[in-house]
Amino acid sequence: MSGALTVFAAASLTDVFSELGDAFMADISDVDVTFNFGPSSGLATQINQGAPADVFASANSSQMTVVTQAGSAEGEPTIFTENVLQIAVPAGNPAGITGLSDFANADLTLAICTPEVPCGAAAETVFAAAGITPSVDSLEEDVRAALTKVELGEVDAALVYVTDVIAAGDTVEGIDFPETEEAVNSYPIVALTAAPNPDTATAWVEFVLSDVGAAALEGAGFRTP
Amino acid sequence: MTDPNLTQRGVPRPPPPSRWWRTRRRPGGKPPSQRSGARIPLALLLPAVVGIAFLVLPMVGLLIRAPWSELLLRLAEPEVGQALRLSLITATLATLVSMVFGIPIAWVLARSAVRGRSILRALVTVPLVLPPVVGGVALFLVLGRRGIVGAWLYDTFGFSLPFTTAAVVIAETFVAMPFLVISVEGALRAADARFEDAAATLGANGWSTFRRVTLPLVAPGIAAGAVLCWARALGEFGATITFAGNFPGTTQTMPLAVYLALQNDPEAAIVLSLVLLAVSLATLTLLRERWLTRS
Repeated sequence: MSGALTVFAAASLTDVFSELGDAFMADISDVDVTFNFGPSSGLATQINQGAPADVFASANSSQMTVVTQAGSAEGEPTIFTENVLQIAVPAGNPAGITGLSDFANADLTLAICTPEVPCGAAAETVFAAAGITPSVDSLEEDVRAALTKVELGEVDAALVYVTDVIAAGDTVEGIDFPETEEAVNSYPIVALTAAPNPDTATAWVEFVLSDVGAAALEGAGFRTP
Repeated sequence: MTDPNLTQRGVPRPPPPSRWWRTRRRPGGKPPSQRSGARIPLALLLPAVVGIAFLVLPMVGLLIRAPWSELLLRLAEPEVGQALRLSLITATLATLVSMVFGIPIAWVLARSAVRGRSILRALVTVPLVLPPVVGGVALFLVLGRRGIVGAWLYDTFGFSLPFTTAAVVIAETFVAMPFLVISVEGALRAADARFEDAAATLGANGWSTFRRVTLPLVAPGIAAGAVLCWARALGEFGATITFAGNFPGTTQTMPLAVYLALQNDPEAAIVLSLVLLAVSLATLTLLRERWLTRS
């Protein structure tokens, strides 16, 4: 195997896939892996417009469907990992947040993602499941913007992915809540029909699905499906 | 006895300001540029045409791609009206705040002899260079409830600025005020300072010289700066969504609504952009019309 491998992957995979890419290149000589990280919706559009990609890893099934329905995928996508929401609070939890019900408290400063993006859609699902009408101060444009406001201590709590809480390090604490299981994001991966390098594409998918891949994903806070 | 060039208090009258917006509608007689019938040199005409095409074509693209049948339906949506009203109110407030603080800044930069003026000027224009999102984070660090000033506000009065409509005005002012300052400073430098010197010689104090001589002299520059400032505030996105967040009715201005619509409905985003574009163009044309017709 040799040549260039181009992987299109959801932005939330940035850290863990970069790490796996290095390991892949160390394992298999003569392969040069490059990544295009971005919102899954944008990546799906680029692939269907003929972008020269070998592999697509999406943050949810709906954007993968966009690609498979256009006939751009080679075979069936495989779910390789899962991600769930967690309550993120500034270090020390100054407002004393205990669970999802605090999001109904109008006196607190709270943020969730806007419903247009996947983390906002997931937030709507968990609130519906918990029977809570949230009283938030901001509908953030993406999950990283919500996280930034927690890191700066400007909000008492925000709903973000559990992997974001881990990526934020010591400045942010995560609080689990049972309803999170109602909105599990599944990440599918697939080799693409137009792959310039089909063998290497398959090898990458297998590498992500291997024990090495699973361990790296688990280390970043993702769940094994 | 009475010198027509002096007011009753003996302060010299400023010359009629060069009303650039009027020259084209002088009653009787064509504007100077047309009167002279100067042909535009090809070396100027070509780049001008290319430049205009570059500026206008993206807008033409929006017009072509716009789902016209949907336009009226979208306009009727309460969220659109809400975002538009909030945009117009906050941009206007930001312009007023910018005038209150920006005109004095321009005066200090153009007229005073304070040391380190060039450093001061560079500092004032920092928001022009700063990516607006970074500007928003910087505002957090000062005015956020953990910020240098904001923490005191929060501890003393229990008042927190971020995520309020006031925060939108602050973010827009931060980004837009330099445009006003630069315009007004340019106008002050171009204005003849001898009128102010004469007023001072004749006994007018600093404030009344400023109010009765300087201000009328640079009024066109202030108007141009205010327009620029308002337009920039109206389109502000990065600092606003960072510092004020996004909530319909409170902090969701039109640019924020456009960006969020873009996530899953590009056609809606185009419609919203056109609404913003139409309203801002109409407002600016209307204002200019008023200046033109004012005697």
